[in-house]
Amino acid sequence: MNATVAGADARTRLLPKGLGRAIDALTLLAIGALLVFGLVIAPPDRFQGDAQRIMYLHVPAAWAMYLAFFVTTLASVLWLVPRTRSMVWDRVAGSSAEIGLILTGLTLALGSLWGRPVWGVWWAWDARLVTTAVLFFLYLGLLALRAIPADPTVRARRSAITALIVFIDVPIVHFSVNWWRTLHQEATVFNPELNPQIEGTMALTLWIGVLAFTLLYLSLLDRRYRLATLEEGLAERELDAAIEARVAAASGSAS
Amino acid sequence: MSEPRPRGFAADRDASLPLTPVSSVVRLRTAVCLLGRFPALAGLDLDLDAGGVVLLSGPNGAGKTTLLRLLAGLLPLHSGEATVLGADLGVDRRSHRRRLALVGHDTFCYDDLTVRENLRFSARAAGRDAAAADAAMARLGLEPIADVVHARLSAGQRRRLALAVALGRDPELLLLDEPHAGLDAEGREVLDALLRDARAEGRTVLVASHELDRTRALADREVVVRGGRAYPVEAA
Amino acid sequence: MSLLAEVRLVAAKDLRIEVRSRVLLAQVLPFGAIVVLLFAFALDPDRGILARVAPGLFWIAVLLAALLAIGRAFAVEQAHGARDGLRLAGLDPASVFLGKAAAIVVQLLVLEVVLGLAVVALYGVDLRGGAVLLAAAVAATLGLASTGTLYGVLAAGLRARETLLPLLLLPVLAPVMLGATRAFEDALDGATADAWPWVALLVVFALLYTGVGMLAFGPLWEDA
Repeated sequence: MNATVAGADARTRLLPKGLGRAIDALTLLAIGALLVFGLVIAPPDRFQGDAQRIMYLHVPAAWAMYLAFFVTTLASVLWLVPRTRSMVWDRVAGSSAEIGLILTGLTLALGSLWGRPVWGVWWAWDARLVTTAVLFFLYLGLLALRAIPADPTVRARRSAITALIVFIDVPIVHFSVNWWRTLHQEATVFNPELNPQIEGTMALTLWIGVLAFTLLYLSLLDRRYRLATLEEGLAERELDAAIEARVAAASGSAS
Repeated sequence: MSEPRPRGFAADRDASLPLTPVSSVVRLRTAVCLLGRFPALAGLDLDLDAGGVVLLSGPNGAGKTTLLRLLAGLLPLHSGEATVLGADLGVDRRSHRRRLALVGHDTFCYDDLTVRENLRFSARAAGRDAAAADAAMARLGLEPIADVVHARLSAGQRRRLALAVALGRDPELLLLDEPHAGLDAEGREVLDALLRDARAEGRTVLVASHELDRTRALADREVVVRGGRAYPVEAA
Repeated sequence: MSLLAEVRLVAAKDLRIEVRSRVLLAQVLPFGAIVVLLFAFALDPDRGILARVAPGLFWIAVLLAALLAIGRAFAVEQAHGARDGLRLAGLDPASVFLGKAAAIVVQLLVLEVVLGLAVVALYGVDLRGGAVLLAAAVAATLGLASTGTLYGVLAAGLRARETLLPLLLLPVLAPVMLGATRAFEDALDGATADAWPWVALLVVFALLYTGVGMLAFGPLWEDA
């Protein structure tokens, strides 16, 4: 009994339980360190003052967003290749896309909060902002598609294909938007005046932020994956019950 | 391509398909097929050999339509095994389709095309020529309405058209889902004749029907579907 | 049957249905035209804004109308189980993809000519740079039709298809919208040298998604 429970437990997890716990602990530690460094130790920016501290969240969130979408793409490819096809990759792709979408929203919201004091506007038609906004909607569509119930294999296949369609679009969007904005006006956001060389404690804080968000991503991915397997297990049990009920009802009515 | 094959295997079959005795047309083992989350087929076993008419009986909602659509490769197999005309449906549910025809509740036709256009399109798409379509049209007595668009056809005319579409494909395996529904007395005679001819020509026919007496008179075997499973009935 | 013959068979079927039913002429085109008219209400025609932003408005009108045309292309397959019939036919899915996309291209080009004339007349645009306009329109239409056919089949079997299709399709088409608008703007400004790179972008997009569509359409077409 205990052995089967442990076996089932291992199958529901992406990472071994011990590793998952360790990542959770490290995530908390890194977030604590980021708070201390970002709010206390790092000096205020010479031009932007305390507003610049948003960068310690904004840039790591953007990094983790790209990481999440990259993992979604990779997992989708692994699902589509027959030799590596496994529902593990479907769950990873879906879980990672969900976290990526949250991170995209966070990146946009933080960028907006940062932009208000620094540029005086909530939004600027900067190439990176526009690309990120399109990215948000691309992956929102993918998740809307994933939310539609279907046979697990059917859903996995169309999600994986859509993930690739979306991924191919990202560089084209990036390229065309970049081209558009640089041809028609000066880049305002990444003006060197406003973004002096980052060094010393500030760079260290930024690296801590990247580490914290990477760990946070892994921790969330592990949890979301477990949730996905448990949901699948529930669906399977419901199916078994439905088959039993169907056969039983039919033989009952026949006798 | 020219590797020797055991006797009794289809000679004209695609060599890339797994070898199966030609006599087995359908082989299902604990096949489960889902409609949404509902197990329409709940672990169904079925064996059909080549040739002959098989009656599929059973109450409404038993899974007859789902079974026929699964065999035609239109629905994915959730679990279990399914081999139809030598194709393993778990792997490939497309390559065997040209060799079968399905007459479902729908006509598979386009509202804005005429009877002739619909028949010719489906025959051409299935790799047959316009002559096959015209012959099927004549066989079902559809020539007087050849140039009427599908949207204007009556329910009975649509049933005949659906049969003609299937006939125009010259199938080895013919799957009929309630072919009697909506047909008038003359149409039923035509259908009976079609079934007799199909058997004489060595085709395998699976008929899901509630016209039990009429179909039993023509059928070689009967299989009852109930609660998503199949139960054989000894020859009457 | 060769791929080309299969493509022609499917495209001819879709176009014949369109000629009979006149959904494009009677519904999609008037929809595009009213969008063009509504833009004039939103942007006061007396201030000369309309002529300056005409390319963008034109492509938005085309994009919205294209959503209807794509939805229609798959609604046709949905009625009376025609989609099942087409799947049973055993055609190469790549030729179904190319055939349906080709029929959409033809319909959209007709739509663009009519809406283009409406924009020129109503917004007071001076038509210039015909070669660039033509190349950009054709390339953009190919991109629109290939992605539209791909997502059209994906959404076709789903209950929420009317709402899902725009959500999936519009973000992917962002580069097409951008490229086609810039190319038209540059062409109308007489800056054809600036326009050609945008046309190249549109061509790359169209080729890429036609390739993806030929590979990905089959599994999506089968699964619904």
